[in-house]
Amino acid sequence: MQIYLPIADMPVNVFLILGMGLAVGFISGMFGIGGGFLMTPLLIFVGVSPAVAVATVSTHIAASSFSGALNYWRRRAIDVALALMLLSAGIIGTATGVWLFTELRAVDQLDLVIGILYVSLLSAVGLFMIYESLKAELRTRKGLPSLLRRPGSHSWLHGLPLKLRFKRSKIYVSAIPVWGIGFIIGFAGAIMGIGGGFLLVPMLIYFLRVPTGTVIGTSMVLTLITMASATVMHAVTNHLVDAILALILMVGGVIGAQFGARTGQRMRGERLRLLLGILVFLVGLRFAFELVVQPEDLYSIRHVGDM
Amino acid sequence: MRLARRLCGVAAIFLFFLHPACAERLVLSLSNDRVQIASNFVGENLVMFGAIEPDAGKDLHQGGYDLVVTVTGPRETMRTRRKQRVLGIWVNVDSREFVRVPSYLAVLSNRPVRQITDAGTLRRLQLGLDNFLLTQRIGPDIADTVRDDPFRTAFIRLQSQHGLYREAGDAVKFLTPAVFRAETPLPANVPTGVFTINVKLFAAGVMAAETNAALEVIKTGVEQYVAEAAVAHGLIYGMATMFLALLTGWIASVVFRRD
Repeated sequence: MQIYLPIADMPVNVFLILGMGLAVGFISGMFGIGGGFLMTPLLIFVGVSPAVAVATVSTHIAASSFSGALNYWRRRAIDVALALMLLSAGIIGTATGVWLFTELRAVDQLDLVIGILYVSLLSAVGLFMIYESLKAELRTRKGLPSLLRRPGSHSWLHGLPLKLRFKRSKIYVSAIPVWGIGFIIGFAGAIMGIGGGFLLVPMLIYFLRVPTGTVIGTSMVLTLITMASATVMHAVTNHLVDAILALILMVGGVIGAQFGARTGQRMRGERLRLLLGILVFLVGLRFAFELVVQPEDLYSIRHVGDM
Repeated sequence: MRLARRLCGVAAIFLFFLHPACAERLVLSLSNDRVQIASNFVGENLVMFGAIEPDAGKDLHQGGYDLVVTVTGPRETMRTRRKQRVLGIWVNVDSREFVRVPSYLAVLSNRPVRQITDAGTLRRLQLGLDNFLLTQRIGPDIADTVRDDPFRTAFIRLQSQHGLYREAGDAVKFLTPAVFRAETPLPANVPTGVFTINVKLFAAGVMAAETNAALEVIKTGVEQYVAEAAVAHGLIYGMATMFLALLTGWIASVVFRRD
């Protein structure tokens, strides 16, 4: 069944888009991430213009993260103070990202920078997660306790000044790395059209040692706020949010997320992180492939006025 | 005879009313002068019917006629970029801006335009993709380039791949010596706006008559409502979309609640 999208200006198969929503929703529910890093490239692949894809995915992620955040809220698994702290720097990151986005677009290098960012961030984060979870997996095989949260094992990050206590997460860390992480997430979100959950969750775990209990809920609150405001911003500035496309994606996404969450809860944390690591790494590889391999057509057309 | 026709043709362009001996009239009718994009739009065929009418008391030209129909979509500015390998990765290194060129361009004729008339006339009347004026911004100037300019050919190739540019030397069919039918597909990604249709009639390589028509491609129903709201009321539209997202999320968390 074909339906014509009013903003993307193209017809799409409803079941294809619904299926994409379900699949990405399943993955997002399983790992507690928004899934923008999968959805944006998928939409571009089916022919939606990158600008509309980036703007519309933000709406989709707002829906799935709100649904997730509500569940975590009921279980009191959200650290509001930490989320707000991350958000304060995230806004500055987003503003910087939007500024750079416009500048790069003007000189036709946006695709390149998005490509390089995807490759470097995704492969780095993916490899790191694979490495960490394999190490943890080996430890459990040998019968040793999991080493994820070693009491008293502080990195140099914990020696920084401006220390703050986050009660819900039971951590006592400097505000500097919190702001740094918030900035990176806001920046990446604006440029790459992603919520940043797949970056945020590992960073919170590995750098700030936020316990697994609150990390996903907190990440979802941050994603919700940034993506909800991104929806409004994109709608006001560029008129690029396709409400019909977003609705189809959302419906698939929230249903898929429920099944994903159930599957995820039946798996061990290390195994889950290993799978996510592999997934993230593979998406990174795909982007690397695109940068290195000679494109089929060296020429491309861009409508002046959109991306 | 050929010279006489040519003289008549020139006269037909400039002084046709003073020289009724060789005047033909063109009548054109569109299958649809308002293409509506609703939620089930997947593209549409634009069909044109036309007739050649000799003036009262005259006969149709003995050697038969040729027709060139040019369908032009709303003008847009587009940039064509070229990638080149830099340090192992493919980067856009060069680009050319095409200023206010048609977003849709179809050149339809009963036989390839090159066979209809000479190169000079094709050039002057901008008939065929090779001869259509595609203005580029080159430094401070705006001009068209030679037809085999790599950016120009790449632009036409890409637009053709998207079904937006085409040249078809067999898209005009004569049903009788004086009645013709022309057809061109408007793809699903057809731009919205006013399209102009220009029909030129040739007799023995000389233009004998010309007519113009227009059609409108518009969004209707929900598509129109959403597209208009998005542009006219960006903030309200954005807020509404956001609340739609929150509502969907909330419903999902209630429906699938497990505690």
